[in-house]
Amino acid sequence: MGSAAPSFFRRAFIAFTSFRRALKDPGFAQAVSALAKAEAGRPQARPAGPATVPLAAAQPDSALLLLGLLQKEGRLLDFLKEDIKTYSDQEVGAAARIVHQGCQQVLNAHLKIAPVRDEPEGSRVTLEPGFDASAMRPTGNVVGDPPFVGALVHRGWRVVEMDLPRVTGGHDLRILAAAEVEL
Amino acid sequence: MSEKHYAVGLDLGTTHCALAFVDSDKSEGEDILQGLVAIPQLTAPGSVEARPLLPSCLYLPHPDEFKATDLGLPWETEPDRICGELARNQGTTTPIRLVSSAKSWLCHPDVDRKAAILPAGAADEIPQISPFDATVHYLAHLRNAWNGQFPYDPLSRQEVTVTVPASFDPAARELTAEAARAIGIAHLVLLEEPQAALYSWVNASSGDWRQQVRVGDVILVVDVGGGTTDLSLIAVTEQNGALELTRVAVGEHILLGGDNMDLTLAHLLKQKLGRTGVELDRWQLQALTHGCRIAKESLLADTDLDRIPVVVPSRGSRLIGGSIRTELTREEVQSTLIEGFFPAVDSSSRPANRPRGALTKVGLPYAQDPAVTRHLAAFLGRQTGATEDLAGFVAPAAGASFLHPTAVLFNGGVFKAEQLQARVVEVLNQWLAAEDAPPARLLKAQDLDLAVARGAAFYAHVRRHGGVRIRGGTSHSYYVGVESAAPAIPGMEPEIQALCLVPFGLEEGSEPVAAPQEFGLVVGEPVRFRFFGSSVRREDQVGELLEEWPEDELDELDEIQTTLPAKDHKKGEVVAVRLQATVTEVGTLELTAIPVGAPGQHWNIAFNTRGRSGE
Repeated sequence: MGSAAPSFFRRAFIAFTSFRRALKDPGFAQAVSALAKAEAGRPQARPAGPATVPLAAAQPDSALLLLGLLQKEGRLLDFLKEDIKTYSDQEVGAAARIVHQGCQQVLNAHLKIAPVRDEPEGSRVTLEPGFDASAMRPTGNVVGDPPFVGALVHRGWRVVEMDLPRVTGGHDLRILAAAEVEL
Repeated sequence: MSEKHYAVGLDLGTTHCALAFVDSDKSEGEDILQGLVAIPQLTAPGSVEARPLLPSCLYLPHPDEFKATDLGLPWETEPDRICGELARNQGTTTPIRLVSSAKSWLCHPDVDRKAAILPAGAADEIPQISPFDATVHYLAHLRNAWNGQFPYDPLSRQEVTVTVPASFDPAARELTAEAARAIGIAHLVLLEEPQAALYSWVNASSGDWRQQVRVGDVILVVDVGGGTTDLSLIAVTEQNGALELTRVAVGEHILLGGDNMDLTLAHLLKQKLGRTGVELDRWQLQALTHGCRIAKESLLADTDLDRIPVVVPSRGSRLIGGSIRTELTREEVQSTLIEGFFPAVDSSSRPANRPRGALTKVGLPYAQDPAVTRHLAAFLGRQTGATEDLAGFVAPAAGASFLHPTAVLFNGGVFKAEQLQARVVEVLNQWLAAEDAPPARLLKAQDLDLAVARGAAFYAHVRRHGGVRIRGGTSHSYYVGVESAAPAIPGMEPEIQALCLVPFGLEEGSEPVAAPQEFGLVVGEPVRFRFFGSSVRREDQVGELLEEWPEDELDELDEIQTTLPAKDHKKGEVVAVRLQATVTEVGTLELTAIPVGAPGQHWNIAFNTRGRSGE
């Protein structure tokens, strides 16, 4: 924030005087309305200088929970932890079916995932000014001002809904799969 | 303003339970606001998920098997019983501690249903519970799920329908009602599952069903669930210009379902692997069954696929090195599943009934013939006269060898594969064509897993707020066995006669009926009667005495018993009584003994659910 930003009392004063003037002066009201519309279309001013963004540490619980589910249903850890160098493609492929079937089941059951862009890959898309840079990433010849026009290379994925199982108090999530002992 | 805001349907299935409701306050006429309650359950140790279906499985863990903190639910629980998904999974590796199919045991005539006998044949050290207790536990789980979502409208204060198989006998219905009362359900009514499926169809059509059926239609409901096959016939009749539905016949209790089909495919693949020298253990067979179910569903859904790989994962952590790969082909599904379970047989064929080997231990009476179509042929053949007495029905054409349905409604997870629906309709229509009858139409059902719960909730709603009702009353006529007064002949059992106590189609809440015959009961001593039911003798009236009958028309049921308390009479005195029958509002059969000359008194006659083997 620049030091030029008005204080709270100053802002309150501006608001009251603007309110009265907007009622009296149609021209002023129109100018304020245009200002509000322009703001919606324009993103926040680019940060003037380097700034520190506080980093949030991801909570490990959901990650462990999801990993546990992927192992339980899709044997993902067994698959990734195994040395696949010595196996033929057919053997790896057979195991991959288990992983695919099971992990897909987990995703379908707990996460609703949709493409970020609905257009088919390869089609031409436009990134309007103020596009969400975390959801859409321009690459290659990134110059000039938006709108950017380019080919959709990857549709992207977005989590629409997430519904993970609830965990009982005292449950140790670090155990991704319990050791099994047949008696 | 009544407290009962919701009409709730509990589907207490052999393999799965479900819970649906109708918001009665916000429903008007055919505009029904309904919903489904996701049932919280343990899906893994320490992990609780709410799912639409609750597997009807109970696992009785060893005290050291789980950490107590890993077995918590949103409500207070007993750590010695696990219910639902985790129970089912755990049962695949430790079957000796798993209670499943409790519902089939609940109507098993040869066992005491309140004795701790499940898991069947468990070692002494393993705790056991009774089929009745297991039923109470499932119901309590559903109640807790409901109360968690609607804390201000507890289940005990709502209108509740619990579904039972149409083939449940009076004793099993009574046990179900008793279990429901045990968890505090005050406003209870029982409903037959095929009827619930039809209610669900009626509800889903929002009034349009009247365009899809007409007077004279006979709807065949084929309900093949995970463990049982249930058949019913429902006729479309007319009353004061409005369409009515009347349930005219129900089938026998057939223990045959989708689980048999998946297991059959798994054994087929196991043999195929066995020929290449690969042996599977129990855990792997279970995994193979799971794989077969998914492969089967893909093959039945997509006719372009010819084969689907099925991989049995290794049990150890070496997934790639230890997995076994095989394939399920379309041809195998065709020959095993379709030709095995839905063969194109004649309408005159009947299920094979090979004599059982000498029984060494009591098990469930699984159907011996896996062919659903043969069971269907037997059912329709038995019920040729089901619509004879109904107004507006064409008398069955002379020479009709089976009852001709005009429409078919499917229910149960098995028929999610539309190819199987088409197959049954095709076979049925061949039978109809052979007798010059028009083909049966397919009524489009939705949500085959959840239709029973939804239909049950709809029924609980229309019972109080009006709407279409399926009439029907008792699906059987009932008889008590009376020894005839003939001189005894050594070596011969005394001849038995059957006295009709309850006529076919006695409706719930109607006036009690009593046979005029008198019985002498000894005060203070338990008196037992043999008890019979018939699903085909529609014309017998109360008090009618049958001297003889074709063997397949009467089935012997649990015996009934009563004890006259020695309060008003001397012990050992003989009191003359009449036997009276009522169908309660709940939908159970109630038999009472009324002393002649003292009609104010009556004693309850109970169904003996303790099994025949105890004699």
